[in-house]
Amino acid sequence: MVIFSVYVVNKAGGLIYQYDNYVPRAEAEKTFSYPLDFVLKHHDEKVVVSFGQRDGIRVGHAVLSINGEDVLGKNTADGKDTLEYLKDPANYPVSIRFGRARLSSNEKLMLASMFHSLFAIGSQLSPDVGSSGIEMLETDVFKLHCFQTLTGIKFIVLADPRQSGIDALLRKIYEIYSDFALKNPFYSLEMPIRCELFDQNLKGALEIAEKAGNFGAGS
Amino acid sequence: MDRCQFVCYSIGDVSSERERQARMRTALQRGPERGRKQEKKMTVHNLYIFDRNGSCLFYNEWNRKKQAGISKEEEFKLMYGMLFSIRSFVSKMSPLDMKDGFLSFQTSKYRLHYYETPSGLRFVMNTDLSVPNGRDTLQSIYSNLYVEYIVKNPVCVLGHSLDSELFSSRLDSFIRGLPFYSPRAA
Repeated sequence: MVIFSVYVVNKAGGLIYQYDNYVPRAEAEKTFSYPLDFVLKHHDEKVVVSFGQRDGIRVGHAVLSINGEDVLGKNTADGKDTLEYLKDPANYPVSIRFGRARLSSNEKLMLASMFHSLFAIGSQLSPDVGSSGIEMLETDVFKLHCFQTLTGIKFIVLADPRQSGIDALLRKIYEIYSDFALKNPFYSLEMPIRCELFDQNLKGALEIAEKAGNFGAGS
Repeated sequence: MDRCQFVCYSIGDVSSERERQARMRTALQRGPERGRKQEKKMTVHNLYIFDRNGSCLFYNEWNRKKQAGISKEEEFKLMYGMLFSIRSFVSKMSPLDMKDGFLSFQTSKYRLHYYETPSGLRFVMNTDLSVPNGRDTLQSIYSNLYVEYIVKNPVCVLGHSLDSELFSSRLDSFIRGLPFYSPRAA
């Protein structure tokens, strides 16, 4: 039972804080001979599997490294185009590592803003009066919990679907935010949070929540 | 005859008096609970069916208390767009590879359940918060109602708005027959 990450979004929809607590890296490194079983394509400055599935490698996985050297975007470590390199039979046999691509900070910013809008649309399309925005979004792999404060700040936590006590955790994070970010005289409102004490206390709160403990009053 | 009537009337009077007292007793006992029970009625608000191109094939509402403030056309497009964005958001955000993807979301007042078939048909149901898992319901709507009355109907053109009366009435009685559906008091 695990908490994956925490996002804090300001009232304009911009990401002001992000912390990855646990990032499961499912990667597979295999040696391939010509021709390659998979169809690869360029997607978002990365080389991604577009068709083909084998041995833990799925559609959507990105090429992470070739022959032990990490790829840089669309090019190999030497600067050659990855797709061209893999089309040339002279380069085989080649060892490629595939895996879920890590989100870049730009992508995290975009996803946070996207959620900010989806939150509002969830409230607009409500069939019942007085509905809030999306407070909990469930998939088969994770559950996303969102708490919006009265000032419009959203605290978003991604956790395992079976993890309990996330509501208390969200309130605790709000408390930590008001204690260590808002009361920090050098912190400006709505700006990215760069306060060490906020980081430390947040990590502590996540550890307590994962162990399914209760937060003591005023702890 | 008058005497008979009088006797019947008096017996009827006594038993109705007893009934009235019994009803009052149970009403007093149930009094505060009844108020609470009324707040907790489980219900289905509405149901949408979209095809894979985004056009709304079917929409029906049962207990909707608030309209979206925009025309139905726009609401369908907004709903489809929101679901499309949620699916792409979830696939990027997910820490592990997903099998079923987005299942449902909830707000403070309602819960939206989502089911997508491999052919791209999307079933969306809004219920209140007491319904934990509407996915099985949506799957049975697909297999027992949609496949039976639409797909197997040679007159129904797939991809166009579903105007099969049989489908609508069967769906309506299916929803009303669900254990978590109860019509609100007027």
